[in-house]
Amino acid sequence: MDMFNAIIQVLDSTIRLSVPLLLACLAGLYSERAGIFDIGLEGKMLVGAFAGASAAAVFHSALIGLGTAVLISVAFALVHGFASITHRGNQIVSGVAINFIAAGSTIILGQAWFQQGGRTPALQPAERFEAIIWPGAEAIKDVPIIGPIYAELISGHSILVYFAFAMVPFTWWVLFRTRFGLRMRAVGENPAAVDTAGISVAWLRYRALICTGILTGVAGAYLSMVQNGGFVKDMTAGKGYIALAALIFAKWKPVNAMFACLLFGFLDAAAIRLQGSPLPIIGKVPVQFMQALPYVLTVILLAGFIGKAIPPRAGGVPYVKER
Amino acid sequence: MSTPYAKLPAWADYGLIPLINLAVAFIVAGFVVMLVGENPFRAAVILVEGAFGKGTGIAFTLFYATTFIFTGLSVAVAAHCSLFNIGTEGQAYIGGLGIALVCLSLDSVLPWWAIFPIAIVAAAAFGALWGLIPAYLQAKRGSHIVITTIMFNFIAASVMVYLLVGALKPAGSQAPQTRNFLAGAELPKLNWIIELFGAKIRSAPLNICFLLALVMAFLVWLLIWRTRLGYEMRTYGHSPKAARYAGISETRIIITAMMISGALAGMMALNPVMGDQHNVAIDFVSGAGYVGIAVALMGRLHPVGIVLAAILFGMLYQGGAELAFEMPAISRDMIVIIQGLVILFAGALEHMFRPYIQALFASVSPKSVGMQAVKGKGA
Repeated sequence: MDMFNAIIQVLDSTIRLSVPLLLACLAGLYSERAGIFDIGLEGKMLVGAFAGASAAAVFHSALIGLGTAVLISVAFALVHGFASITHRGNQIVSGVAINFIAAGSTIILGQAWFQQGGRTPALQPAERFEAIIWPGAEAIKDVPIIGPIYAELISGHSILVYFAFAMVPFTWWVLFRTRFGLRMRAVGENPAAVDTAGISVAWLRYRALICTGILTGVAGAYLSMVQNGGFVKDMTAGKGYIALAALIFAKWKPVNAMFACLLFGFLDAAAIRLQGSPLPIIGKVPVQFMQALPYVLTVILLAGFIGKAIPPRAGGVPYVKER
Repeated sequence: MSTPYAKLPAWADYGLIPLINLAVAFIVAGFVVMLVGENPFRAAVILVEGAFGKGTGIAFTLFYATTFIFTGLSVAVAAHCSLFNIGTEGQAYIGGLGIALVCLSLDSVLPWWAIFPIAIVAAAAFGALWGLIPAYLQAKRGSHIVITTIMFNFIAASVMVYLLVGALKPAGSQAPQTRNFLAGAELPKLNWIIELFGAKIRSAPLNICFLLALVMAFLVWLLIWRTRLGYEMRTYGHSPKAARYAGISETRIIITAMMISGALAGMMALNPVMGDQHNVAIDFVSGAGYVGIAVALMGRLHPVGIVLAAILFGMLYQGGAELAFEMPAISRDMIVIIQGLVILFAGALEHMFRPYIQALFASVSPKSVGMQAVKGKGA
């Protein structure tokens, strides 16, 4: 039974750890499917986290926090769009720039506004998204097997967790069952064809980037308002890049993205859990190895040794109308 | 395909536009300073005085600049081959490992002038090796170099943490770093050069790596514009199709360019490790690899431009430290914002002002933008 409880605990933290990855990964999916590479996911999450925690602390409302997080994150996405769509700049350079601006400004503004060494004030319960206890969770908690699964894994998360997982089928539906999704995929594969059909390539790509901004904003809000009770400097700690890796790992598909994020979240959870304790058969695994595993796996996948990851064809190329 | 942007005279292209972009980046940074509630002009004065006002300041500025020359050159060499090497950070980190191995094993036997060349080779080799794998994957398997180099930065960080809390850490020590090197692995300082000009220096880490960096800048210029290999790299960077048609091996050119880029990145580690800290500690690169991107973009991928841009960033680093003393609301992280803004305006938005400037040039002197031919035809 101890073993079972340990597994439940690891899976529970897997869910918690994979939510920001999943939101950022789906965010990246919208923009990359539309042909805009976005390595600025990290930065947009960071400003989202900062804006969310700051607004929630100042206005004493979790919802205002979330709204601000989304707003600021979308603003950063639009800067990326302005550089890479309107001015046809290099999308990777623009993404790098956004990451730096986010990293620097969150620390500077945080220190200037709150004077807590780059932290935002600790959030009160009303300013955070609290866990939702599902009906009957308490009652069946002690039922073996089903009880813990229901009470720990399914119930007891914040609304943003359910939102993240609901976004998976929703994104699938948008991408493969709506006109917007079809056009978005087309603009990532062959923008000239979309243009010929009389649809604005730029406006489509901007809309995709707005979707990206919304989701990274929620991802940031989750980090600072659910996982942590406030913003800490550099709190994204490379999650935006892991999300990018997960996106490649998922071959730019929403359902795969969920599994990739759960896998990477699981590796993270296992690394925390196993810290120092030896595994059966393999023996003691260094924490650093577990931390590096998502990146190593992505490189191996990119190298084409486990299936081939083929990015959207027009990805990274600014669209120039033939004159 | 139609070229989206017309030509400008060279001085405008290489001088005016970068200056305008830089100015806009600083104006936006000025707004951030205002948002924090400080006076941007006073901040600018403190920054420049902190960097150039005293001999010590100048020495620190040049010390930081040394680091950025290496990383800037590293990014630029790859960029000439149209490869975006974001992995400079990781390659420099692994370069530090090479230096650590050399210094830890030889510092009690050899003097610095014997260790230095060995360390240069080791740093370059380790950095090049870390660039080789992504290059190979790009050339042979078509994996996007940007993504693989980002992944390799994280893998490098894990590897180094693993070694620095394990094998490389002296027994009984708590700090995650190697033991301090002995005198044999300490590079001589260059502060006397600044003292020649009458300035006084208390203690500053400026060392002979600065000269090495300048030599490397010259060699990179030689490589890119005066050798066959450089020509092939630029050809490939301009048009991979044309390069293939001319019989240039794609695999060879990508791998060579990335290995040179990695080697330059690895050599960056010499400056902080052997010139200043005298040990290898966790995260000693601290973002210098990413600064290299800004430096390379601002320097327009030309070694002269890169040296100038590196000194500018050295100034920001040193002046920024002084600024943090004078204005507590502004920490050194202000530089990260400026760095981001420079990358945004000099890199991603480099064409933003071009149409206006071009229109201006066309209205003042049509000849300068190559519009003569049109007139000649009587159009």
